[in-house]
Amino acid sequence: MNEESEETMVNTTQDVAWQQTQSEAEAHLAKRRLTEKIAFGVLWAAGAVAVLVLIAVVGYVLLEGAQVIDWAFLTTRPKGGLSGEGGMSTTIVATIYLVGLTILIAAPLGVGAGIYLVEYAGEMQGTSGWQAHLISVIRFGVETLAGVPSIIFGLFGYALFVTTMKFGFSMIAAALSGACLVLPVIIRTTEEALLTVPRPYREGSLALGATQWQTNWRVVLPAAMPGIITGVVLSVGRIVSETAVFYVTLGGSYYMPPSPILHFRDFLTSGGRTMALHLYYLANDTAAFDKAMGTGAVLVVSIILINLAINYLSHRLNQSMRGEA
Amino acid sequence: MTGSEIKLETQNFDLYYGNFQALDDISLQIPANQVTAIIGPSGCGKSTFLRAFNRMNDLIPGVHTDGEISMEGENIFNMDVVALRRRVGMVFQRPNPFPKSIYDNVTYGPRVNGLRDRDKLDEIAERSLRGAALWDEVKDDLGKSGLALSGGQQQRLCIARALAVEPDVILMDEPASALDPIATLRIEELIRELKEDYTIVIVTHNMQQAGRVSDYTAFFYTDESRTGILVEFDNTKKIFTNPSDQRTEDYITGRFG
Repeated sequence: MNEESEETMVNTTQDVAWQQTQSEAEAHLAKRRLTEKIAFGVLWAAGAVAVLVLIAVVGYVLLEGAQVIDWAFLTTRPKGGLSGEGGMSTTIVATIYLVGLTILIAAPLGVGAGIYLVEYAGEMQGTSGWQAHLISVIRFGVETLAGVPSIIFGLFGYALFVTTMKFGFSMIAAALSGACLVLPVIIRTTEEALLTVPRPYREGSLALGATQWQTNWRVVLPAAMPGIITGVVLSVGRIVSETAVFYVTLGGSYYMPPSPILHFRDFLTSGGRTMALHLYYLANDTAAFDKAMGTGAVLVVSIILINLAINYLSHRLNQSMRGEA
Repeated sequence: MTGSEIKLETQNFDLYYGNFQALDDISLQIPANQVTAIIGPSGCGKSTFLRAFNRMNDLIPGVHTDGEISMEGENIFNMDVVALRRRVGMVFQRPNPFPKSIYDNVTYGPRVNGLRDRDKLDEIAERSLRGAALWDEVKDDLGKSGLALSGGQQQRLCIARALAVEPDVILMDEPASALDPIATLRIEELIRELKEDYTIVIVTHNMQQAGRVSDYTAFFYTDESRTGILVEFDNTKKIFTNPSDQRTEDYITGRFG
């Protein structure tokens, strides 16, 4: 015992292989400091360039667009033809209609599927065996679909809704195709939101004699709502900025779509042109590059507003969940 | 156990997680309007046993059981699980109020059971919160979120929530283990008051607590070959002063666990 501790004492005073002299240590420290500075500089530059590029793109579109945006531009419809004359009023309305109809179809389906996958068939039931395997296959499928190029959904929608089901270029065909596009997003975000709801909430509810549906409806869904809403609003952004799908399902009519309230049937079967689609037509088929920029600016502002709405909503809902509001 | 009626009874009850046997041939009788404590070292199956009474283990995949558990003579595995859980309430180890107002937390049970009448709900909320000794602290603030309360208050809110459905039995799974000593004493005081009206089964790893609050104590044990065996069940006083089994004595005197 005594011998051993003496030995360790000796060891600490002895020169060990890695020990350096004072000057060596200082030189090495200086080198490390230099590496630190270089790393910081490179990362800072990367960040600065990324931000600058973003500002340049958004700034350019907004500045160029601002030159043609006025009240008339926002409230008159495109004149059509190769000139690109006229405003963009009908495309704003068509975008809002299409977003509404698509979400109306996709949100209940996507949220419902997410609830089923997590609460009834998946994690919360601790499913095992072939069922768990099936769930993971479905999940893999959903994830893959979320990464499939949107034109694939467009072609599918064109084949099924436009031609086979004879909807033609129409709001309903476009909304159904758009719903296919955003379903994976909504399912995934719903699943993730449900998985963040603590298990004790569920147990607490079930222990009070609530059924599983009551537990889901009254406790789990409200707690998961911030995440679910984020997914839905994200999908709104996807639809607003989507062109490929609607190019082959919505047609390109620049006339005002019929009111969904007054003429629901006509509304469903009418074609249309969203803002993003209009931008594509203007840039591709006409010489009105300035009008394209104007449309682009409105589009960018819409997307920014949607993202601000996501932040605001999830912040507010999180607060009320924690009992601060 | 003379003089008191039997509320819950298990007969040769086994529980398996897949191939693993977690409870081994448990037979005991839980008297009505008494506090029964379940003690034992970690992993001895005491929480699993508690969760068998309201069939909370049904939520875990691969669980199967043998033997019988009956409440007032009726086999609980033949009862509708929702109806069973209304009669057998539960308070969990960590306070788990819903992210809702205090009022909505307390009235949750009656509401899911179909009560809509606002006056009745108000009355139940007050009675339950009084029953859980929380009323005076929250009566002016029923709209406040349950999550804004302190840990001890949250646990009393969960007790109030359990009381609101007027169960026969309240199961408590280490209800004070996440609380500070003062909050713990309040909960213990509450448990002693509640046994007037309810049958209480409490799991605890704190032997002093079992000694303070319970009338009967069941000692569960696990060894190399078997898990979840009931070593001894008797009056708490008897268990703590003159246990019949050497293992109980070793545990009580702190020789292991």
